[in-house]
Amino acid sequence: MAEFHLHTPLSEADVRQLRVGDSVTLDGVVFGVRDGNLIRIFDNKVPPPVNWQGAALLHTAPNVKKIGPAKYEPICVGTTTSMRMDRFTEGLLKDYGVRAILGKGGLSEQSAKLMQQYGAVYLSVTGGAAAMETLQIEAIETVYWEDLMPECIWQIRFKGLGPLTVGIDAHGGNLQLDVQQQAQQKTAELLKKMGIA
Amino acid sequence: MEVPEQFYTQVEETCRDLYIQSLKEIPPDVVAAIRCAAKNETTEVARRIFSHYLQSIELGREKNMMVCQDTGIPIYWVEIGGRLRLDGSRINQAIIKGTERATREHPLRSSIVSPLSRENRQTSTGHRIPIIHYDFAPDSDVLDILFMPKGSGSENMSFMKMLVPADGVKGIKRFVLEQVVGAGAKPCPPTIVGVGIGGSSDLCMTLAKKATTRPLGSANPDPQLAALETELLNAINETGIGPQGLGGRTTALAVHIESAWTHITCNPVAVNLQCWRAERRRARLRPNGSIEIGF
Repeated sequence: MAEFHLHTPLSEADVRQLRVGDSVTLDGVVFGVRDGNLIRIFDNKVPPPVNWQGAALLHTAPNVKKIGPAKYEPICVGTTTSMRMDRFTEGLLKDYGVRAILGKGGLSEQSAKLMQQYGAVYLSVTGGAAAMETLQIEAIETVYWEDLMPECIWQIRFKGLGPLTVGIDAHGGNLQLDVQQQAQQKTAELLKKMGIA
Repeated sequence: MEVPEQFYTQVEETCRDLYIQSLKEIPPDVVAAIRCAAKNETTEVARRIFSHYLQSIELGREKNMMVCQDTGIPIYWVEIGGRLRLDGSRINQAIIKGTERATREHPLRSSIVSPLSRENRQTSTGHRIPIIHYDFAPDSDVLDILFMPKGSGSENMSFMKMLVPADGVKGIKRFVLEQVVGAGAKPCPPTIVGVGIGGSSDLCMTLAKKATTRPLGSANPDPQLAALETELLNAINETGIGPQGLGGRTTALAVHIESAWTHITCNPVAVNLQCWRAERRRARLRPNGSIEIGF
């Protein structure tokens, strides 16, 4: 398993070289998104207020301290369960040119197919270990859609975000799904052994 | 024993402190279990994930930082000593106010919204939130408060089924195992698997939640249930889901079961998962003004 250090925005070549299990450290702007703002974009048809060509999006809703108009200091910025936002993968890749989705828990088989098709990856952030990520932030540059607080779109500049684990690569690999499918097979065996099947 | 006037202010300030501190200092039994699990992993990815857990635990303790971003649903388990004479509605108000003060004064992210309008008051409170459970202890003159900021990654992984008596204990085992595997990476494993058995549907789920607050290393006093806890834990850890669902040897830190008697036609089972941090914080207040803080 290889180690990579990449800078956002990401090119297709940047992400096509990655394989599941590789570790990636990111520098540059990462956009914080989640349920509320993605519902606004895709269900209420309000286009995002910022260009996401080559962007890395992080599933998050941070704890912040307001220090001025649209200006915030990070208190604790982590990640949230990605699967809730799974149905937005296609729109993000096809319509807006996103190259990396960062979150925890993985995405579906369908999302993995889309990532292969459009050239994108899922980078697994260590869920719950937000203190570490918070110290990797240089600044919260700006915030869009503050009315959705805390589910705004956050423009965060990171220095050395990670190491992240490639959970889905652009070649059809989906580590979390593989682990779960193996666990399901194992469960059938275990139930038999426990005299239940 | 009548509590003095300042007791209610103490409850309010204690609840504020419990909320903030619970997000920063992981209980020592949980830290020990994570350390132990970290040593047991063999793959590069699982070791990487555990090292991130341990780094964040240290940052929380040493730099007074929140370990996770999720401020959770605030849940209080309150046990009122039978010898105390107090105004229950004022205790309730003090707990709500303490929750709001933690959110405003730290500040914390308010994670609480109205379910349909999604309105967020930015207070971590709302209709029927915080959740406050009351219980009573005989011959006691202390007020015990156990607080948990229940994160949504694991709370979304809650499952309940009204099994029938013919499904027996085998049905319970199957249900627990299948739900934990189905939850996979989503609850931030390794989890504490809380299991409720018996009661009515609502009590069953409450028991599953309560079970997750038991310190690690504690077994159910009923030997049959304790054996079931061990059997299920061993099976869950053989599934290989591992930390963050990326594969590994530790999928759960413990299985905790709490039970109640039930109806002759019922065999309810509930699963409530708690993420790897298993945040909880406890306070014991006495009418003389003394406050003990623990886990």
